[in-house]
Amino acid sequence: MTVQINDAIRKLDKKSFPAWYEIPLGGTLVAEGSTDYHTGSWRTKRPIWNAEECSHCMICWMYCPETAIKVENGKVVGIDTNLCKGCGICANECPREKAMTMAPGGEY
Amino acid sequence: MASLKELSQREILFTGGHRLCAGCPAPIVVKQVLLAAPHAPIVVNPTCCLEISSAVFPYTAWKVPYYHNAFENAAAVASGIDAAITALRRRGKLDENKKFSVIAIGGDGGTYDIGFQALSGMLERGHRVLYVCYDNGAYMNTGIQRSGATPYGAWTTTSHVGDAQKGKQQHRKDLAWIAAAHGAYVANASLHNWRDLMRKVEKALNYDGPSFINVQAPCPRGWRFPEDKTVEIARLGTECCFYPLYEVEDRGRKWVINYVPRNKIPVTEYLKPQGRFAHFFQKGNEYLIEEFQAEVDRRWEHLQRLAKMSEDL
Amino acid sequence: MRKTIGLTGDGAAAEAMRQIDPDVVAAYPITPQTEIVERFAEFVAEGSVHTELVTVESEHSAMSACCGSSAAGARTITCTSSQGLALMHEMLYIAAGNRLPIVLINVNRTLSAPINIHNDQSDSLGSRDAGWIQLYCEGAQEVYDTVIQAVRIAEDRSVMLPVMVCLDGFVVSHNVEPINVLDDQEVKDFVGEFRPVINLLDTENPISMGNLTLPEYFFEHKYAQAYALEQSKPVIAKVDKEFGEKFGRSYGIIEAYRMDDAEIAIVTLGSMVGTARVVADDLRQQGIKAGVLKIRCYRPFPIDEVAEALKGVKAAAVMEKALSPGAPGPAVFSDVLGALYHKGVHVNLISYVAGLGGRDVPAKSIRRVYEHLQKIAASGKVDRILNYLDLRGWQ
Repeated sequence: MTVQINDAIRKLDKKSFPAWYEIPLGGTLVAEGSTDYHTGSWRTKRPIWNAEECSHCMICWMYCPETAIKVENGKVVGIDTNLCKGCGICANECPREKAMTMAPGGEY
Repeated sequence: MASLKELSQREILFTGGHRLCAGCPAPIVVKQVLLAAPHAPIVVNPTCCLEISSAVFPYTAWKVPYYHNAFENAAAVASGIDAAITALRRRGKLDENKKFSVIAIGGDGGTYDIGFQALSGMLERGHRVLYVCYDNGAYMNTGIQRSGATPYGAWTTTSHVGDAQKGKQQHRKDLAWIAAAHGAYVANASLHNWRDLMRKVEKALNYDGPSFINVQAPCPRGWRFPEDKTVEIARLGTECCFYPLYEVEDRGRKWVINYVPRNKIPVTEYLKPQGRFAHFFQKGNEYLIEEFQAEVDRRWEHLQRLAKMSEDL
Repeated sequence: MRKTIGLTGDGAAAEAMRQIDPDVVAAYPITPQTEIVERFAEFVAEGSVHTELVTVESEHSAMSACCGSSAAGARTITCTSSQGLALMHEMLYIAAGNRLPIVLINVNRTLSAPINIHNDQSDSLGSRDAGWIQLYCEGAQEVYDTVIQAVRIAEDRSVMLPVMVCLDGFVVSHNVEPINVLDDQEVKDFVGEFRPVINLLDTENPISMGNLTLPEYFFEHKYAQAYALEQSKPVIAKVDKEFGEKFGRSYGIIEAYRMDDAEIAIVTLGSMVGTARVVADDLRQQGIKAGVLKIRCYRPFPIDEVAEALKGVKAAAVMEKALSPGAPGPAVFSDVLGALYHKGVHVNLISYVAGLGGRDVPAKSIRRVYEHLQKIAASGKVDRILNYLDLRGWQ
């Protein structure tokens, strides 16, 4: 059998199941982050961010385990619902009472 | 140290989409470590929760060079990377100005216990590697078994609470002290105090020698507390001096306490919210609290003595 | 300038390492390998190599550090023996699974218990399924030549696997032989520059390696690795041939010694090959058609070559220095048997385990193996398949 062996490390089509000769050398991946793997469906409760109450102190950003606090130009702009697992650390650590709160249910 | 606002405009080189539990402390530690790394980071990860959840073929949460090899050898693998850098630089195969931050990040099982020898070897040989232990005080990956880092009296799935035995029978190993005996730069830190943690990481990675930072990392699953309390529990751990923040410089001689609580709270405030210590509060088990408090006090007083002795250094 | 000097097997390995001048050596001392690390440490001290020598705190860390340095794009060599190889066992699989072209020189010594520092091949034969290329050397010259070849084989783009070079402890490692040493520049040119495919130091193009690989992908990963090992055989042959053309010495995947018209043959590996040659020569003088089949490349196993070489032989004995307790036969015997089955070749095949724990395997004992084969060849019947050479109380 002659096959074209993949001896390089390259981006994979993550939705397909590669044949053995398509596996990159040593199973090594391009370190490109996994924001395309969505963990939002894990949520059973969800953070509600209130833009008007937010002081943009970035404490939630620092403590969010999922990099789910979206920031633009030094300001919080929302929550990445694809990634947020609904742990509630953001709401617990938020110094303001109404800027970040948790609501039951995982769906947005 | 950059402000939070400035930091938040940097790219985090460890992304979401990993499969760690909701409220897991490990990604918070990783984020702070990577944000603080002064040079191009290369991460070595022993087998642990972080590894099996962050790099799951064909996905990887990492955006920096990342290598997992085995459970007990992260320090040795990192030693090899450091040796490669030295060798390739000597040969002129690396840009003279290019600097690397070689960082091993492992759990306490892979650090205190099975990886202890490799860690000792790495520190003794003086590799330019920072070893960060995210210390959640048990083997969480396999399902909450006791480790050398598990505190006295804690319930785990191999230190049960029953009529004959009330949780773990021994006090935890003080690994930072052992690491300090190697003459490395050593620090105790906690994820709730990101400023302190990041300052230590930056210092360690600019230090011309080996370093070890132990980071308090409360585990909601293993410690039995709600997943939104990860940072809060860490704060309590430091406020009661169970997990003091300090650093050891000058090749193990200069001990500096970085945070002294204004009012040292009783350990019960730290123990109470955690299900693994629930039996401490049952009638007849008061001695567990007393012994826990006594050991925290002993270690805190000793640390203060060391810091006092170091004042002139 | 080429020169001929007296060197032990360990000394020859160390000399080859000096000339290869690898980027990183991470090693730990263990009898009978110690002389290699000691000699190499001298080279480091005198500045005759550029290598970063990592004097690790265990063999476990030796192989771990080798994985780290190789993954960081550094040419990496280590050496060990026996318990050391056993302690590395876990990472042997990882080095192969990560496709890291590390070279390991293993000085064959038995495994405890009981503790014994002397030679047999239990250590490396026990690691046969780790996914490494394994080459067994007959003498010190071959050790020297093979270590140099191993670097090229491991780093070949189509191979990218670790290579273990095996030599018998004390018998080869501590005996002085005249060794033809190549010119430093010749070795440098032969091994060339290492161009890593996997490189953690390329921080502009970060890679994630050693990832958790679950049932949907694991099988494919492992097959790709196994396939690479199977396909390394032509590369091993090619590198050996090129070495022969340049320097006048080559060894082949196997060596069929006086096998053309042989009726009886001993199949073996390592230092026993040399003794078997002497006995075969003697028998030939007496008109007995005896041959020796040397297996130099044990992994990947040379199925075609072994079956072809044994075709037409009336009786053959596989001699090896390791037991495989509870198995239908010891490792090399089982592999030879498997090769014959693959190719539909029938040979009356028996096994001789010999020389465990450093027991000498003298010519007179090997002569008895040939006598046994003569009986089988004459009668056409195998009286006993599994045999133990010079084992007291065994009849």
